[in-house]
Amino acid sequence: MSYQIPKFRHPDLPVNELGYTRADYEGSISTLCAGCGHDSISGAIVRACHELSIEPHKIAKLSGIGCSSKAPTYFLGKSHGFNSVHGRMPSVVTGAAMANRDLLYLGVSGDGDTASIGMGQFAHVARRNLNMVYIVMNNGCYGLTKGQDSATADEGSVSKKGDANIYSAIDLCGTALQMGATFIARSFSGDKAQLVPLIKAAISHRGFALIDVVSPCVTFNNNPGSTKSYEFVRDHAEATGTVDFVPMQKEITTEYEAGFSHEVTMHDGSSVHLYKMEEDLNPFDRTSALIAMEKHRVAGDILTGLIYMDKDSRDLHDVMETSRRPLNTLGAEDLCPGNQMLKNINASLR
Amino acid sequence: MLFLAARKPLTSRNVKPTDIQNPEYFHKVVDCQYACPAHTPVPEYIRLIAAERYTEAYMINWQSNVFPGVLGRTCDRPCEPACRRGRVEDEPVAICRLKRVAADNKEDISHLLPAIPSEKNGKRIALIGAGPASLTVARDLAPLGYSIDVYDNQFAGGGMMRSQIPSFRLPEEVLNEEVNYILDMDINATFDTYVDSLREVLDKGYDAVFVGTGAPKGKGLNLPGLEEVADHVHLGIDWLASVAFEHTDKIAEKVLVLGGGNTAMDCCRTSMRLGGKDVRVVVRSPFEDMKASPWEKEDAMHEGIPIYNNHVPKEFVIEDGQFKGMHFEKVEAVYDEDGKRSLVPTGEPLVFMEADVVLMAIGQENSFPWIERDLGIEFDKWDMPVVDPTTFQSSNEKVFFGGDAAFGPENVITAVAHGHQAAISIDLFCRGESVSERPAPGVTLASQKMGVHEWSYDNAVESDPRYVVPLAPLDKSLADRKMEVELGFDAATGFKEAERCLNCDVQTVFDEVRCIECDACVDICPTDCITFTANGEEEDLRGRLTAPARDLTQDLYVSADLPTSRVMVKDENVCLHCGLCAERCPTAAWDMQKFLYNVSRAGQ
Repeated sequence: MSYQIPKFRHPDLPVNELGYTRADYEGSISTLCAGCGHDSISGAIVRACHELSIEPHKIAKLSGIGCSSKAPTYFLGKSHGFNSVHGRMPSVVTGAAMANRDLLYLGVSGDGDTASIGMGQFAHVARRNLNMVYIVMNNGCYGLTKGQDSATADEGSVSKKGDANIYSAIDLCGTALQMGATFIARSFSGDKAQLVPLIKAAISHRGFALIDVVSPCVTFNNNPGSTKSYEFVRDHAEATGTVDFVPMQKEITTEYEAGFSHEVTMHDGSSVHLYKMEEDLNPFDRTSALIAMEKHRVAGDILTGLIYMDKDSRDLHDVMETSRRPLNTLGAEDLCPGNQMLKNINASLR
Repeated sequence: MLFLAARKPLTSRNVKPTDIQNPEYFHKVVDCQYACPAHTPVPEYIRLIAAERYTEAYMINWQSNVFPGVLGRTCDRPCEPACRRGRVEDEPVAICRLKRVAADNKEDISHLLPAIPSEKNGKRIALIGAGPASLTVARDLAPLGYSIDVYDNQFAGGGMMRSQIPSFRLPEEVLNEEVNYILDMDINATFDTYVDSLREVLDKGYDAVFVGTGAPKGKGLNLPGLEEVADHVHLGIDWLASVAFEHTDKIAEKVLVLGGGNTAMDCCRTSMRLGGKDVRVVVRSPFEDMKASPWEKEDAMHEGIPIYNNHVPKEFVIEDGQFKGMHFEKVEAVYDEDGKRSLVPTGEPLVFMEADVVLMAIGQENSFPWIERDLGIEFDKWDMPVVDPTTFQSSNEKVFFGGDAAFGPENVITAVAHGHQAAISIDLFCRGESVSERPAPGVTLASQKMGVHEWSYDNAVESDPRYVVPLAPLDKSLADRKMEVELGFDAATGFKEAERCLNCDVQTVFDEVRCIECDACVDICPTDCITFTANGEEEDLRGRLTAPARDLTQDLYVSADLPTSRVMVKDENVCLHCGLCAERCPTAAWDMQKFLYNVSRAGQ
């Protein structure tokens, strides 16, 4: 059993605008089960952050409890990290984001941490449109406690022990849409070609960006009959389209087959090109997104790709008119403006 | 159903799945072994050194390269520039000096040597010359029952290893030990005897004759004034031989060594030990183009010997009938579009260098005045025998050539490799079989899996930089021609250096039937060797990998089509053989399997 990754890297690794290679965005060696989808998502996060040339110290990764919530140790080893209480990651991110809006907040959670114990927090952070990326590593089971069905397990999906799930599943994308999230995507850990641009687009989106990533649990939920196995997802994934994330001031070099395409300029000046495959879906329209999700759910397909995006999203800072500068850069006078200011505020509320 | 990465249509020009059943595929992955002319299984013996099993490590070498103690000190080490470690970091594993660790620390091996049948098989073989090639033939054929006669003009066996490699690089005891292992195999050796007629040898009724007479003739430069100063000018290899045989024990103070090869390095360093005070190496070419191995140049410079490059010798300078020195013309190297070099005079005045003695070490060549030209042995326009490069047979089916005698000057390890192949041919020939039907190499491939994530080899990759071999104090070694300069690694350093080996023979073996395409191997691979992608033409594929595969000498390991119609592509180039792909694989589609490749031997 290896406890360390060898120091050596490929001598021709591409270098980003900061002069960093992908290796500079890696974390410790994973202790998750071999073949865990979560590791692939970690790999996709590493690639996205490297390719976007984000300074590692400008990222804060936060998580709750669970296999998924262990995962931040395995990527972005030079970024800030906070492994919080079960299901309470959104509160901690909210506090951190209020104090310092300059960091990129990357929340990593699982189906248990989000759809069970953290359901309330999830609903409210989506509703508040906090500027964060919320990645759910969704394997439909409680891997850390030996594979019980989770709240996202599909009805009828068979666990490793052979029992079919008798409860209805929570669809996190649908829930987030209802709650007011402004960027919603679903992907698959085994498809980095789709996942990496989605993560990049989510990072550039201002507001709450959910990516629900089906991430098979090889140990407890990768058996025949499971709807979260590698094989099932590969057979049933239907992409809404492809997403090509174009960083600011970079030219488009990828050529796609002809068809509907749409360019969206993000808040930071970068753009997202959508190449639509799903005819009926208008990803800028909530109703259309809801119908598409429901249609595929009934058909037994897994709709992946960008499902919904609000181009005119106003995040929590915009709504609350918070300080534009991080609190740690403010002096005592700004943070504690004195008795007269307090009196003025009180007076304005009378 | 849709998979985004697999959009490219499959074409007939796709790369075919790699045939790992072909032993040469994995052999090539073991860069050191593949580069070695004798294909010594390097990682196998390095692991044994790390385990302090020096005797076993020595025997693996002895089987393959016959002279581990000699080669552990003097090998040209083609394995080291090939070593994967040199592509991953700055310096390759010190393979050559690890070989010496095995030789220095081994126990008595006499009980491990092959038994020599007292009853012979009735076939008689003559070996002309007792250098590395001939001794290898003897070593391979004696255990099979052949009666072997060796003829050599020197007083003992070893050939150029004895006459040309100075004792401060190769102690006589080391050479004698390894030569005697072979001569003790019931070999009938006739020393101090120059064979001056191949016809006479053939007339003695041998079933086969092997010519391993090396390239014994030093090249000279016929420059103006040579005749007058001939007493002051020696051919490098002849002079080294006269030192080795103790006919020469001193040299004048000012010595010019002409030439840039390893013989030149040996000449200048020997001169320093025999009384030379102002010893210089003068070479026509730029420093980087010199033929000497980089470490031999370093060793010479370490002993305070300057190397003057880009100096072409023009004439001997004689004043009042006295030899004064030499004139050199300064040149610079100019390369044309094809990279062909020409040395163009700079136009500066000639450079004068004082000298008492000049040693010419500008090359050596073959010489076969003793082979009659009516024996059915064809000679080419360069007066070299026509020798089959696979069977080493000449156009006289009874006469075989090997070592420098076959294709011109090479090195000891090449001579050994020739000897093995010639022994196979001689054995086939004497048994009346076709020499062109070569026996297949012995190959095994065995999983190293010990537990879920446990391997039977040390898969952790050490980051230590290459260790330096300690040297004897300069003043002491320069005072004694026979004192060995290199002290060799001690056992502890040998272990650390051995741990730098990447175990390239423990192969990453992929089974596409088991793969569920979870990407775990791609994510964990520290050197980004693995990609799952649509197949395509090789050039296109090489550009589309996780990290570009620009080294065309390194193969791509390509699987058959996977369920998503992609293929697994592994660029072998900088794989660390750390086994993490196999550790992170949930279905054991990757396995680490030790590939042992043994070149075929006579009698197999």
